[in-house]
Amino acid sequence: MHTEIQPLLETCKQLALDLQFSHAKKWKAEKAGRILVGYMPIYFPREIVHAAGGLAVGILGGGDHKQIIKGDAYYQSYICHMPRGIIEMALDDNLNGFDGFIFPSICDVIRNLSGIFRMLGKGKFVKYLDFPQNFEPAIGGTFYKKELQLVLDEMFRITGHRPTMEELNHSIGLFNRNRQLTERIYDIRQNYPWRLSFEDLYCVLRAGLVMPVEEHNRILSEILDYVKQDVGEPMDKIKVVVNGAFCEQPPLGLIKSIEIAGCYVVDDDLLVGSRWIQGDMGDDTSDPIGAIVDAYLTKSTFSSSVYDVNNPKEARLIALARHRRADGILFAAASFCDPALLDRPQLQKACDDAGMRYISFQYSENTGQFKVIKEQVGTFSDSIKLWEEEAVMGN
Amino acid sequence: MSKEVVKEKSMVLQKEMLGKHFIELSRTHETGKKVVYTFVPGNLSELILAFGMLPVYPEINALQSGMRKKSGSFIREAEKMGHSEDVCTYVKCDIGMMLNGNIGPTGEKLPPPDLLLLSYTGCFTFMKWFESLERLYPGVPVAMLHTPYQENGEMTEEMTNYMVEQLKQEVIPKMEMVSGNKYDESKLAGILENSAKAEDLIVKIFSTTKNRPSPIDAYFAGVYYIGPINSGFRGTPEAVTYYEALYEEILERVRLGLGPITPEGEMEEERFRLVVEGPPNWTSFREFWKLFYDMGAVVVASSYTKVGGMHDLGFRHDPAQPLASLGKYCMNCYTNLNLPQRIDLLAKYITEYHADGFLVNSIKSCNSFSAGQLLMMRQLEERLGIPVSFIESDLVDPRYFSYSNIKNRLDSFFQMLDQRKIIKGQMEETTA
Ligand code: SF4
Ligand code: SF4
Repeated sequence: MHTEIQPLLETCKQLALDLQFSHAKKWKAEKAGRILVGYMPIYFPREIVHAAGGLAVGILGGGDHKQIIKGDAYYQSYICHMPRGIIEMALDDNLNGFDGFIFPSICDVIRNLSGIFRMLGKGKFVKYLDFPQNFEPAIGGTFYKKELQLVLDEMFRITGHRPTMEELNHSIGLFNRNRQLTERIYDIRQNYPWRLSFEDLYCVLRAGLVMPVEEHNRILSEILDYVKQDVGEPMDKIKVVVNGAFCEQPPLGLIKSIEIAGCYVVDDDLLVGSRWIQGDMGDDTSDPIGAIVDAYLTKSTFSSSVYDVNNPKEARLIALARHRRADGILFAAASFCDPALLDRPQLQKACDDAGMRYISFQYSENTGQFKVIKEQVGTFSDSIKLWEEEAVMGN
Repeated sequence: MSKEVVKEKSMVLQKEMLGKHFIELSRTHETGKKVVYTFVPGNLSELILAFGMLPVYPEINALQSGMRKKSGSFIREAEKMGHSEDVCTYVKCDIGMMLNGNIGPTGEKLPPPDLLLLSYTGCFTFMKWFESLERLYPGVPVAMLHTPYQENGEMTEEMTNYMVEQLKQEVIPKMEMVSGNKYDESKLAGILENSAKAEDLIVKIFSTTKNRPSPIDAYFAGVYYIGPINSGFRGTPEAVTYYEALYEEILERVRLGLGPITPEGEMEEERFRLVVEGPPNWTSFREFWKLFYDMGAVVVASSYTKVGGMHDLGFRHDPAQPLASLGKYCMNCYTNLNLPQRIDLLAKYITEYHADGFLVNSIKSCNSFSAGQLLMMRQLEERLGIPVSFIESDLVDPRYFSYSNIKNRLDSFFQMLDQRKIIKGQMEETTA
């Protein structure tokens, strides 16, 4: 029974790391009129592409298995690694068949990458999606609605189809379900993290970026059924939340190393775009785009890319770690990632103030050696375990 | 170099303006004037003036710290408190300066902010910067003005409306609250009239480099010329007087056929005309400049001097529609243009200013400027057949200014330009 899940996990892993996006391309080829819209981190409301009869495909860089030959000629050494992998894929054939590309407004590197795609003439459209930093419905909401309208217009130009209210509501419902299933898995893993490794969870979620949501929901349901069972053996590991890895992804080897070094990852922001909206979007309204906008304004998670003065992210991070009953936080950020790294001092200070233990390190998507990070994480885990034993002995 | 540098009238005026400003800042505890920290790109100087408040520009403090060789220790201070070596050094320099008592460029302590005006224009890091400052000055209100990016190379009506609504409902109410004054649109319109005059003048000033020899250096001296218009004086009668004086002086140089003034006197022979993309290095500014003027290289146009506004493309603050024109101003800053727009602009400069070469000074700190510059350079090379070169440095982190690397690069670039000139001359002779 317990091994039955293995093939599914293998499939997810293969799909998650397939830089040819074969599954998505195959889906497109199966029926005329289908489109593929690639989007970069972090968040993009995939609902609108689904409703338009398309598939929104997450593009997260070339990782550690895309050799960079041309990409380095586009970026100076002091710019993070991810965009060079994306350029390499764009210049090779990896992104052929994509109809459009969305660049969410998260930093100046992604912003300027949208310009590079424009100049290279990639896709039938390139859209820098400017998320509002004003959260008043009449101001930021109106602006965001227009931005989404522009994406719908671009898709209409290709498909000749404008999604109806019913189609949009239906898509919203499916993505609500997707987030609900994901959160249920996180909730169970919080108490029983040994039932599904973080590496497997990561691949299952990442596979969801390259397939229709219906298919992913089926996979998530299976995974949920699986983690509900009493499987696996608990090990002497601490529980941690990983923060700062929301864009350029750590290589899978590094994700594995964290676990091997003694940490159960009980929450993280690696694929936070899929979990961005906390709770459900209205899926039964006469204004579904309004519901998507409203969800962004009122139900977004915290992030380095969102202006947070009225809702400080450090408080939300500590609350999350406490909610997950985590023993500590791993601040893991891509090298040269201004948004993540500039947040670090205040997040670390909040941990100090709250007595939350943490360590910090930087990585690159093509980091090949994790020895130092593994040792650091191992020492962190040991120190927490030791500290707890001492505390117990002292009582 | 021909003669000693004599302070011209405009230089005296600028010094007086800045001196007065810093005295005013140092006396806020007596005068009760409120202080607004804000950024240069997309700055709302006129609105700040209309409320009778005083602006402080942390970027300018950072660059001044760089020029005064203080930035290195400030940056280390910020790194000690947890900032990564990888991030923008302007932010770290500012935070380090604040941790060291917030002593400003004149040696006087700068007052803390009463309002953090986050004009989020053309640079994502601005937001992170003021989020950090907000934690360091707890309780100080922040007014966020999110400027949409010109992703499609245009400013749409929706974008302008978004700006105006934010001004009306976020920025102005906070300014009213902090200053205790009501928003007075006619007062703002009066200030904007002066802005438009100063903007007319600065466009004329930067157009004088079309002359041969160019009477000014549009980059190394240009950064001084943009001082008043970018740092809170735009909209004042003093700024108009300053730019009138400066323009007169430059016209006189044109009339006399003189080249630019450098720190070592007048440049006698203009050998190379360059267009430069990217900010300069501040920690070794003089040495950096000398590498150019020693070779007879003059910068005839630069993108950096447009971070505070694209007036040469026709934008003027408009007293007839004050808030919409403030919004459009913010959207029109150089780093808020998309990459194709930036390339077109640089191509226009190269052509109209008859440049011999194009140079990128790529700044480690600044993703807003730097990401994409390599492609921009290649496109310009292909489109115009112009020799290009690329150097790397940083704004205020002295660890990233390698004199020998930059000199080697520039030497080969100038050699290349020289050879081209010889070849071009020979071709002209044979065709004659
Ligand atoms: S890793 Fe950071 S700096 Fe790089 S593209 Fe992503 S958010 Fe931007
Ligand atoms: S990233 Fe560039 S524009 Fe932004 S604050 Fe730093 S130096 Fe200025």
